[in-house]
Amino acid sequence: MQKVTQAQLVSRARQLLDDGTVSRVLGWRRGDFSYDVTPAVFSDTGALERDFVFDVFCCANLSKYLIREANNDSKGKTLIFLKPCDSYAFNALLTEHRFDREKVYAIGISCGGMMDVHTTNALSPDGITGAECEGDTLVLHTLYDGDRSYPLPDVLPERCRTCGHGHAADCDEWMACEKTEPDEHPARYSAVDTLETMTEEERFAFWQEAFSRCIRCNACRDVCPVCTCEKCVFDNPKSGLENKAAADLFEEQMFHIIRAYHVTGRCVDCGECSRVCPQRIPLHLLNRKMILDINRSWGAYTAGAEVGQRFPLVDYRTDDPEASVRADGRDDK
Amino acid sequence: MQINEQNDFRPTVVAFCCNWCSYAGADLAGNNRLSYPADVKIIRVPCSCRVNPMFLLRAFGRGADGVILCGCHPGDCHYTTGNYFTRRRMTALFSMLSYLGIERQRMRVEWVSAAEGAKFAAVMKAFCETVRELGPSRRLEDLRCRK
Repeated sequence: MQKVTQAQLVSRARQLLDDGTVSRVLGWRRGDFSYDVTPAVFSDTGALERDFVFDVFCCANLSKYLIREANNDSKGKTLIFLKPCDSYAFNALLTEHRFDREKVYAIGISCGGMMDVHTTNALSPDGITGAECEGDTLVLHTLYDGDRSYPLPDVLPERCRTCGHGHAADCDEWMACEKTEPDEHPARYSAVDTLETMTEEERFAFWQEAFSRCIRCNACRDVCPVCTCEKCVFDNPKSGLENKAAADLFEEQMFHIIRAYHVTGRCVDCGECSRVCPQRIPLHLLNRKMILDINRSWGAYTAGAEVGQRFPLVDYRTDDPEASVRADGRDDK
Repeated sequence: MQINEQNDFRPTVVAFCCNWCSYAGADLAGNNRLSYPADVKIIRVPCSCRVNPMFLLRAFGRGADGVILCGCHPGDCHYTTGNYFTRRRMTALFSMLSYLGIERQRMRVEWVSAAEGAKFAAVMKAFCETVRELGPSRRLEDLRCRK
């Protein structure tokens, strides 16, 4: 399924480093486990050849790291590999002038879906000692049960199974990929739809159960490619929402309502918030609902589809529907 | 004597009123001796657009049972376009809160001009009645603020 290989990426990155086109490479390296791959910056070819990883576990979205690596003060260019979902974040950040495009060398790469740590762990209760992917087969080496293989398309996390992302960024170079329009997956909103058909009480119970697990680690905020304020409301000790363990239900709700509201209309639906949540709170369902309602209320809109977009919440039309009009057209009983 | 708790319940309703239209509308209602429920607590804001979604959440957190946001009619904003942004913001906020299971009837946006004293009174009466029927708001309440 994956058309680009690690060897191709490493050799191209090495060429660009050697000829001085770029001075840093944003990529991925192994974490504690072979299936736990984490973002990394490489500035010399030795480290690149030793540590650079590209496989089915490279789920992390690298775009947000450009804020640190490609600003006015950075010397030389940064090479970034953009998967289709990352490209929307790339455009959204560029729209908000969060990094300097001149300091970036972007290569668009193809992606056939990526496994994350939680999804991989959930497959095998017996302790995973190693994992690899050959073609469409995911093989897990387990401690007590030998090797187990799974068909990759069936075990991918939800965000990849329902992925409809095209490739939206204007890359400097393409590998096994080209600029493409998004293609809406029919099941993208099915979980949102299920929640919408519940009664208010059921929905409240669902979210209360989810939010009560929150430990306020702020990982969802930190990983979100469009959550990029230099001063965050959640870090302000006077806001009453600063970093601390949730004191009561109100605080948990406030945090999640505000976090989701702040990215409304800007969320590129990369699903990173749910991926990094240590408590497995389905945060992307909140964001997806807002994406869906924006499309319903104010017309189709894909955040990050192009650079220079006007976000729906800072835009208006004189004939917008009133706030009392339900976007989903449902009635609560 | 049996006391029916539901009937005795008096809601706390917070009304954010824009300085140029709705607040003047409330004034007009008063000048015309039109009565509307005393449960309404008016907070004057320079424009309906000044209302940050946090204001609504805070109001609910601190014990409001309903929050209503009043501004100039679309197109009549003192600042030309403020209420258009309000409309979009509140559409998004209401839809999110409703998705989280918060009763949607507890929040409302109404356009009341400075000449519509009667409308102001009628809107407040109707909204207070809706909120009274819903009973006390518990889902967004900050327990630390409960008296």
